[in-house]
Amino acid sequence: MARSGRRRRDRMRWSNLYTFSCFRAQHGHAGDAGPSSDGAGAVGGPGFSRVVYCNNAALQKPLKYVTNYITTTKYNIITFFPKAIFEQFRRVANLYFLLTAILSLTPEGLEDWRRFIQDMKVNNRKVSVHKGDGEFDYRHWEDLCVGDVVRVEKDQFFPADLLLLSSSYEDGICYVETMNLDGETNLKVKRSLEATLPLEEDESFKDFQAVIRCEDPNPSLYTFTGNFEYERQVYALDPSQILLRDSKLRNTAFIYGVVIFTGHDSKVMQNSTESPSKRSRIEKKMDLIIYILFTVLVLISIISSVGFAVRIKFDLPNWWYLQPQKSNKLDDPSRPALSGIFHLITALILYGYLIPISLYVSIELVKVLQAHFINQDIHMFDEETGNTAQARTSNLNEELGQVHTILSDKTGTLTCNQMDFLKCSIAGVSYGVGSSEVELAAAKQMASGADDHDIPLQDIWEENNEDEIELVEGVTFSVGNNRKPSIKGFSFQDDRLMQGNWTKEPNSSTILLFFRILALCHTAIPEINEATGSIAYEAESPDEGAFLVAAKEFGFEFFKRTQSSVFVREKHTSSEGTIEREFKILNLLEFNSKRKRMTVILQDEDGQILLFCKGADSIIFDRLAKNGRMYEVDTTRHLNEYGEAGLRTLALSYRVLDESEYSSWNAEFLKAKISIGPDRELQLERVSELIERELILVGATAVEDKLQKGVPQCIDRLRKQALLSSLTTEQVAKESLLSQIANGSQMVKLEKDPDAAFALVIDGKALAFVLEDDMKHMFLNLAIECASVICCRVSPKQKALVTRLVKEGIGQTTLAVGDGANDVGMIQEADIGVGISGVEGMQAVMASDFSISQFRFLERLLVVHGHWCYKRIAQMICYFFYKNICFGLTIFYFEAFAGFSGQSVYDDWFMLLFNVVLTSLPVISLGVFEQDVSSEICLQFPALYQQGPKNLFFDWYRILGWMGNGLYSSLAIFFLNLCIFYDQAIRDGGQTADMAAVGTAMFTCIIWAVNMQIALTMSHFTWIQHLFVWGSITTWYLFILAYGMTLRSRDNYQILLEVLGPAPIYWAATLLVTAACNIPYLIHISYQRSCKPLDHHVIQEIKYLKKDVEDQTMWKRERSKARQKTKIGFTARVDAKIKQIKGKLHKKGPSLTIHTVS
Amino acid sequence: MNSHAAGTSNGGSGDAAAGGAARRNTRMPKYSKFTQQELPACKPILTPKWVVSVFFIVGVIFVPIGVVSLLAARDVVEIIDRYDEACVPSNMTENKLAYIQNETISKECIRNLTVTKDMKQPIFVYYELDNFYQNHRRYVKSRNDAQLRDASKANQTSACEPEKTTANGQPIVPCGLIAWSLFNDTYNFTRGNENLTVDKKDISWKSDREHKFGKDVYPSNFQNGALKGGATLNPKIPLSEQEDLIVWMRTAALPTFRKLYGRIYFDLKENDTITVRLNNNYNTYSFGGKKRLVLSTATWLGGKNDFLGFAYLIVGGLCIFLAFAFTLLYFVKPSTSIGAPSINFGGLEPDNQLFCFTTLLTLVLHTAILLIVDFSVLAKASVYHYFSLTPYTSGNANPICGFGRKLGDHNYLSWNRHPAGR
Repeated sequence: MARSGRRRRDRMRWSNLYTFSCFRAQHGHAGDAGPSSDGAGAVGGPGFSRVVYCNNAALQKPLKYVTNYITTTKYNIITFFPKAIFEQFRRVANLYFLLTAILSLTPEGLEDWRRFIQDMKVNNRKVSVHKGDGEFDYRHWEDLCVGDVVRVEKDQFFPADLLLLSSSYEDGICYVETMNLDGETNLKVKRSLEATLPLEEDESFKDFQAVIRCEDPNPSLYTFTGNFEYERQVYALDPSQILLRDSKLRNTAFIYGVVIFTGHDSKVMQNSTESPSKRSRIEKKMDLIIYILFTVLVLISIISSVGFAVRIKFDLPNWWYLQPQKSNKLDDPSRPALSGIFHLITALILYGYLIPISLYVSIELVKVLQAHFINQDIHMFDEETGNTAQARTSNLNEELGQVHTILSDKTGTLTCNQMDFLKCSIAGVSYGVGSSEVELAAAKQMASGADDHDIPLQDIWEENNEDEIELVEGVTFSVGNNRKPSIKGFSFQDDRLMQGNWTKEPNSSTILLFFRILALCHTAIPEINEATGSIAYEAESPDEGAFLVAAKEFGFEFFKRTQSSVFVREKHTSSEGTIEREFKILNLLEFNSKRKRMTVILQDEDGQILLFCKGADSIIFDRLAKNGRMYEVDTTRHLNEYGEAGLRTLALSYRVLDESEYSSWNAEFLKAKISIGPDRELQLERVSELIERELILVGATAVEDKLQKGVPQCIDRLRKQALLSSLTTEQVAKESLLSQIANGSQMVKLEKDPDAAFALVIDGKALAFVLEDDMKHMFLNLAIECASVICCRVSPKQKALVTRLVKEGIGQTTLAVGDGANDVGMIQEADIGVGISGVEGMQAVMASDFSISQFRFLERLLVVHGHWCYKRIAQMICYFFYKNICFGLTIFYFEAFAGFSGQSVYDDWFMLLFNVVLTSLPVISLGVFEQDVSSEICLQFPALYQQGPKNLFFDWYRILGWMGNGLYSSLAIFFLNLCIFYDQAIRDGGQTADMAAVGTAMFTCIIWAVNMQIALTMSHFTWIQHLFVWGSITTWYLFILAYGMTLRSRDNYQILLEVLGPAPIYWAATLLVTAACNIPYLIHISYQRSCKPLDHHVIQEIKYLKKDVEDQTMWKRERSKARQKTKIGFTARVDAKIKQIKGKLHKKGPSLTIHTVS
Repeated sequence: MNSHAAGTSNGGSGDAAAGGAARRNTRMPKYSKFTQQELPACKPILTPKWVVSVFFIVGVIFVPIGVVSLLAARDVVEIIDRYDEACVPSNMTENKLAYIQNETISKECIRNLTVTKDMKQPIFVYYELDNFYQNHRRYVKSRNDAQLRDASKANQTSACEPEKTTANGQPIVPCGLIAWSLFNDTYNFTRGNENLTVDKKDISWKSDREHKFGKDVYPSNFQNGALKGGATLNPKIPLSEQEDLIVWMRTAALPTFRKLYGRIYFDLKENDTITVRLNNNYNTYSFGGKKRLVLSTATWLGGKNDFLGFAYLIVGGLCIFLAFAFTLLYFVKPSTSIGAPSINFGGLEPDNQLFCFTTLLTLVLHTAILLIVDFSVLAKASVYHYFSLTPYTSGNANPICGFGRKLGDHNYLSWNRHPAGR
């Protein structure tokens, strides 16, 4: 009682420090008035102005002295938040965490800012809108409303989903490019309703009134149902009248349209998926480990608290030197449970070193630096576009090293979307000496004499790039730069057909026909460049463009198309002049994926009616006339050859029609054409069948779908892509699909040949069924069995869904590559999205995590950077756990020896600096600079990459191993030190070790042990690592020296200079403990290297012993062994080609001998 | 053809392309070894040679250190006498607490110690306490360094709870539990009639005396409260000269600890009997702690502690064993090296010669060292062990000193479906 009274008095005195003005004023007044009783004259002067009107509130009030209300709270409602935060940030630790948070937020913010800018750009695009009285004016896209009439010019994007009213063409058609929606580059034709055709001028909208009733917003790109009420008539609407946002008007001067869906209601926005925040697998696993550590932390804290409570209850009353009778609530023997609970908090803070908080900061920093290296990589710089690779988010670097499945967009990503006319077979003779990339590779491989496939293909690519190789057949392949086509889309080389030489060929009339088919059988529109006079073609598909260019080169230049005619400039021989010919188009039977053929019926200037038909070989061959099969055998053989060479083939045929036959057919055709109703399509198809028969085969074409530079090699090395046998689904009935999938699975299972590869080809409509819940797993299982899966005509949403299916079904890291806006969903859905920053606009890049400018850079991104980053981060995290366990547990052990009182053996400063200064830089240098093997070797041994997907460096075995190592080290450090510094003198002066000496010695051991450990972990020492690792140890000694100079250090005052430094036992202990901590790890890695080496160990060793230089064959053998035998992809095709050529040689051999004998 | 194609393509794009190229080149990342991650680096690899050398060298360094440490520890002579039980009068053994707390009972106690071995001066006198938690958080915190250092800061008694001020609010100097519980047993030594004076000078660290405990700070209000702790301090002597306090204030790391009491500058002969007259004042009975008096000599390495030497010997021995084991491992493993012909013993490559030499040396040295140190059993056993395993019996041990490894048996080989062709 007396004591508490004294305390209260104490507090009164301390209250001098309080800054409440009322207190101080009174105090000051009283204090000063006392001694200066003679200073009455000072009243009214400065400091003596207070006037008190007693009992006179009216006079007193205006003086505005403070009220008698007092407050001792630190904050009020308004100031609490800012003030408390300020208080918190006065602590360095909290500032550190704030910086961490800011560091993590910055990239996120920057990314979103870029998105914002992009959105602003789009929203501020302008479009011409009808504002009344037939006048049109420009308005921002964002201001567009449903019901507005807009006029869109050629090559503009549609600002919203529109209903097409009319176009610059009389029949109300327009051409649309839907690249951004489904990735297809061929133009699609849209037709307006007949009723709205007259609305073809600005003026005509003056009094335009109509009502549209239609479906609600939905993501389906290919369906639309609605009614159009116009002039008291109701017309049915279908998808062919709908122009979707983000598609582009092509080949049409302008269109008028009415806005149906705006903004997020538009189909393309309905297709967009919300941009997700992605985290790498390693990070997710790391969280799990943090949880485990947290559990351990709580557990040992509880142990500690229980121990504390027990001690308090039973032992503390006996510990008179602690004056237990004067306990506060933190250690009150009468309330041990409460004390234990309070102690829990102390313990949680104390053992908090188990949780490596600095890990997050370090990882963030390391990742930023890694991303910087990716951005700076000169090998991923594209000269053409001037773009480097960009790591747009840095938190997925290590995920790049674990990719299992790659989903790629084809057009624009893999292919240039450019077809090259390469070969043709006319009248059973194959023309064209140019060779496809597959043939080139095969030729090179053959020529280098690598029969046994020991030399990896890529050597050939890399090493003999400029050679000219003569193949057995006597055909010279020109390799290297020569092959670059001087004309886009035309790589054909054969003097027999060029420069009009074809007229000298035996079958020149057939050849003429062949060229005419090329020039006439298409739907393209010529565009004359007025400046140069050259003609460019706007074709529905790039194949057609290639045909037209080829025809032009052969002397059949298509230059004009009218509603009813096609005009061709023919030049048969180089000496002759050109003749312009007009062909009347009587009918045009369009190409579609079901018909797989296209037909034109035309009348030449002589009045002869001709039918030209081109299409898939099987389709054409089925429809040949008896007398049209003259060249069938030869052509089939050529088609097979072309197919093996990786070319796209089409068969060409013709038919001469009688006037009467044609007119009777035409009547029927017209009837079918005007028929209304669902069976119109069927009718048309049936009628088409009637005329497309009795064809005469002319020949076949082979075009090469140009892949982007380096793509085949890249894919080959990534071994993820293929084209071989296919399982196609044509019917879109769900049941039949189901059975087809079942059949397909059966087929794959029954296949005996282990080298057989299947590819699954599926199109968007079928995919819609397949992606439903009940079928998707079946589909996935089939897809996994197949070597490759190709999905065509897929909407962005479906791309995303397929990606999700694969991602969730396989449960491995997926990577999606794409270049267009239609790939955004996929890029966002995949674990890693890679955008190709090419010509296609920025949407894909904006949505991506990494952007590269060429597909081929993907290899380096994955195999070099991914591999490195994965290993670096994995090792870094493991090491972090090791070091914090190693350090944190020693604190716990000491607790047990200190009565669980919460006392630490280390100085507070040591503990603070441990993670921040003394051990952080080496681990960061490990995370930034570690290389198990050099980048060239990463590329040469793709097998090394498998360490990532197999997760060899961050599996539980390894993590637990590191934790175990930490546990062992903590035990070794603690108990060895205790035994060494137990109770005897530590010096010749007789002094014993106190707590500061033991703590400092122990801490020295920790610093040495963990830094030696990281030196053992690293396999790549540049001067930076040396500096950081050895520098950290030096820093510790410098720190303890400097710290010992200040009196803040308390018992550590001059500890190194006076206590520990001169004591040999201190240095001996350091050496012993460091060795003891690291020997098990050393044994482990030595044993692993000699008995169970990992791939990179072997390669490192070969490199180290310089065997690669000394023994080239061995090196090459190792390299070829290190690659998986692919049954798909480019190599497979090259192998097939080689097999084929060899087969030919064998055949030739015997036949030759027979010849001589006879 | 080639040049022609190049010409046309250049001609087509014209000046714009040239300008574009110039602009692009500025966007090209600058080449530097740092950004391209091509800094020169040393890439140490644990080849067999390195593994064996490292273990061997560590062993060769550690074993001698262990031997020297052991020898040093064995030179130390230590006399330990536990007196807390013995000094309690026989009538009070049942109630030791009453004995120690009763100020009227004389605490004087006589102990006779026999010197087991010659002891050279200086002989260090320690008191050893057991089960005394000087490392308890409540205890460690209960002090104020500023007050000890600076006479003007006598009022700074924060953190000194619960021994902060006297009942009337006067600050205690030195405040806090540590000082309050100062050890107060005293020892006087005589050998026959000869008084062995205990020198209590310089038992504390010099820096403590000079910088942490003020020369002008005098004890005040110390042990004046109702509760008396340990020793009282002479208020006439400044803290910097109260060396017992300074030593005591250096809290020990473990509940069992020794603190230096003083030094005796006399040589003691074997079988000398030393009489210790001690005052058994300090209460360890309430918490069951033991009290010991320790007389010990010290070497350059400190006091008597075999542990360090044994630890060094074990680690060093282990390393040498490992060097040997790994050598054996590399021998046993088939050594069809990477394309190299099998090596016979006569024509060793320089590397392998060195390697075999190291191994032999390891063996010789290890046995020699073990023989020197008198651990006869261990030594004999291990020598026997080593020789029985030695593979150097025939001159033509073909796979012995080969280095390389068969690269075939690594995990990536499993991909190779057709291991033929080799």
